[in-house]
Amino acid sequence: MTTNNALTDLAEIRSIMERSTKFLSLSAASAILAGVYAIAGAVYVSGILEKGDPEPRQFLLVAGVVFLLALCTTTWLSYRKAKKAGQKLMNRAAIRLLVNFAIPLAAGGIFVLFLYIRRFSSLIAASTLLFYGMALLNAGNFTFSDIRTLGLSEIALGLLAAALPGQGLLFWTLGFGALHIIYGGVMYRKYEKQ
Amino acid sequence: MKDYLQDLNKAFESRVRLGIMSALMVNEALDFNAFKELLDVTDGNLASHTRALEAEKYIRVEKSFIGRKPNTKFSITPEGREAFELHLSALETLLKNVGGGEVER
Repeated sequence: MTTNNALTDLAEIRSIMERSTKFLSLSAASAILAGVYAIAGAVYVSGILEKGDPEPRQFLLVAGVVFLLALCTTTWLSYRKAKKAGQKLMNRAAIRLLVNFAIPLAAGGIFVLFLYIRRFSSLIAASTLLFYGMALLNAGNFTFSDIRTLGLSEIALGLLAAALPGQGLLFWTLGFGALHIIYGGVMYRKYEKQ
Repeated sequence: MKDYLQDLNKAFESRVRLGIMSALMVNEALDFNAFKELLDVTDGNLASHTRALEAEKYIRVEKSFIGRKPNTKFSITPEGREAFELHLSALETLLKNVGGGEVER
């Protein structure tokens, strides 16, 4: 064996180890909690709707709060899971997961903001589900593959929401509430239950 | 004296086997398709290398069904981990020794 061979071998090993490492600290329980927050948010919004004359800004505010709560919960529970396994939360796999998740999601967030400004409110629910689904589909390559299936389900639901306008709250509750609880439960049983 | 060269394991000389072992060092288990994607190899080529590594008892093969589709999962054995770590140190030693002295071709 020549030294050149040894060098290429080591480079190859390093690259394959990095490329094939998936982020496995993602906590399934946080998906269930995210679903619970989403349903609580939906219940609150339907309360506003019943009083009549809703202000769209309030919906966006509730959605934002739900999203932030879910993000914090996921980070915290994943941090605990990583710590328990004796690993760091942030590593290359985590960064790759975050970047691939954040790009479609950020694009979707900006797009939805334009929909809101231009008063295409009927497409907002469908768009959030579609972009979130695409973000999950993309991120699923770098963590449990179940995330890809969850992404596909969100996309299907988003298309359905686009076909049936006026049912935004229902689809939000299904997509961000029910689907998260179902997938979180399935993943918890599959990977975390001892 | 070059006896560190003896630690270079013949079983890991091909690029595909090196790839299989590297990936299994950092993953609990991987299936056939994951390797195909990761290493960019054909079915036949991959199968012959996994068979060889299995024969050395460096990897474990587990066959199951997902629905009706057969699924083959590979994982590393303790022997495999040890052998691969030894191979890695041998590669490093080789490079270190050369860096400090003569270049061999």
